Amino acid sequence: MASLDDLYRRVIMDHYQAPRNMGELADADATIQLKNPTCGDQIQLQMKVEDGKIKDAKFKGEGCSISMSSASMMTEAIKDLPVEKALELADRFSKMLLGEEVDLDDFDDIEALQGVCKFPARIKCATLAWKAMEKGVKESDKVDHHHDHHDHHHDGHHHD
Amino acid sequence: MIDPKIREEFPILNQKVNGHPLVYLDSAATAQKPIQVIEAVNEYYRKTNANVHRGVHTLGNWATDAYEGARTKVKKFINARSTEEIVFVRGTTSAINLVAQSYGRSFIGKEDEIVITLMEHHSNLIPWQQVAKFTGATLKYVPLQQDGTMSMEDIKATITEKTKLVAMTQVSNVLGTVNPIKEVAKIAHSVGAKLLVDGAQSIPHMKVDVQDLDCDFLAFSGHKMGAPTGIGVLYGKKELLEQMEPVEFGGEMIDFVDLHESTWKELPWKFEGGTPIIAGAVGLGAAIDFLQSIGMDQIEKHEHELVNYAMDQLKQVDGFTMYGPLVNHSSLITFNLKDVHPHDLATVLDTYGIAVRAGHHCAQPLMKWLNVSATARASFYLYNTKNEIDIWIDGLNKTKEYFGDGFIG
Ligand SMILES: Cc1ncc(COP(=O)(O)O)c(C=O)c1O
Repeated sequence: MASLDDLYRRVIMDHYQAPRNMGELADADATIQLKNPTCGDQIQLQMKVEDGKIKDAKFKGEGCSISMSSASMMTEAIKDLPVEKALELADRFSKMLLGEEVDLDDFDDIEALQGVCKFPARIKCATLAWKAMEKGVKESDKVDHHHDHHDHHHDGHHHD
Repeated sequence: MIDPKIREEFPILNQKVNGHPLVYLDSAATAQKPIQVIEAVNEYYRKTNANVHRGVHTLGNWATDAYEGARTKVKKFINARSTEEIVFVRGTTSAINLVAQSYGRSFIGKEDEIVITLMEHHSNLIPWQQVAKFTGATLKYVPLQQDGTMSMEDIKATITEKTKLVAMTQVSNVLGTVNPIKEVAKIAHSVGAKLLVDGAQSIPHMKVDVQDLDCDFLAFSGHKMGAPTGIGVLYGKKELLEQMEPVEFGGEMIDFVDLHESTWKELPWKFEGGTPIIAGAVGLGAAIDFLQSIGMDQIEKHEHELVNYAMDQLKQVDGFTMYGPLVNHSSLITFNLKDVHPHDLATVLDTYGIAVRAGHHCAQPLMKWLNVSATARASFYLYNTKNEIDIWIDGLNKTKEYFGDGFIG
């Protein structure tokens, strides 16, 4: 049986009570608002993306300990990561929550959310912030296009 | 109180969940099914199953009798004038949508007003938003008072000469408020408006008499009263149903079909296109028999005692906030616990085998009014006991300890 302590690890509650990167960015390249319509959790994620790298990320929102701590951990983890790396992390994170074996070496605090996979009803709470990040990356990508028409990423997208 | 022996009739209640005896406090979402209903559906498929209204053969007649017999039970249960006024649908949502699409789009115009309330379930809100969009009519809301009730003054002020239809829930699935439907019907009728009642949370728990209420439409779901999912009822006054066009066309609902014109069957079948929910109706009939064998008065009394007991005990829980009126409160308690998000709360309770609902309860405008993003809800039915309420409250205290000691301090 899944025990509560699997879900509510101390690290999680620490992020819940003292969230990192809470607030707003003045010069964001992407602002994403996302809701989990079944339960009302909501998040605003802002990101600064430069040269294919996530320079900064801040969030605010309202939700349970899992969704808010996950957002806090996510913003910490993606800062200074290349966009592709952040997306790859998001992918591995989803797999971890589905109970798949994945490499957790670079997960740091995020690993604490592994127990969520034993609580299927809560998986959506944990993935909300990551979904927002994925959306935000796409949005900032569009912004990039306007600035730089020779961008490689841009070309790649055209042939999709 | 109803003898707790009744629980033996509900096989699902007799099991452990996460290592604890199941304490099911989510009947407002869907009720558990008594063995009588399970057996009736089982028997129907074992011995009676055939399509209705078409067979010459014996099973076809049996199935038709079973299906139409269920209609007669519903008619008596809500005291309709005739079975022509009882349309079988999928549930409350489809019943309201039927009225919105048929009556709403034909009889409501640009200059007209539709009046609903701030406490409506999305099922009794979005169909009217859509009618307003489609027809250009104005959608108005009766406001709520601080305690989650509506004043007669506000109701009277919102319903005007322009109002064509009032749609109101009899019992709120969040606040537990019981609305004065009989009086509202009089007010609506005095300006020539029709009244649709959402009975999803009233029909399972109290005696409802459509002639006494004098409502024009009543919608309810079988699954909240012990019947299977997928069966529900639209009651409508015959003279209104007669004027309304069907919204689903096809087999079962037609009389004569020509290449370019067809005519509809008489009431209520013109609204039941396609093979109907036969086994569901049989299950609904069995659920009505079951409820009547206990007595709706007894059920109401039992739940009243449970909810009062709970409210009394909950006073001793620090940081507990309850929403809705303190008196005349139906058998559910929507609440929040200080410093614990409702999802976390529901997860912790679940590990003790206690099932409660967390979220916005399909009433987002109401959540906004309450100024919360989510709440938790415990709802009771005829099979719940005071002992289960004690277990729930104990669970609340444990949750507080868990979050308080483990993390917050
Ligand atoms: C007040 C109210 N109206 C309507 C509904 C919708 O019922 P159903 O989902 O069975 O159509 C519900 C059930 O959640 C309800 O509580």
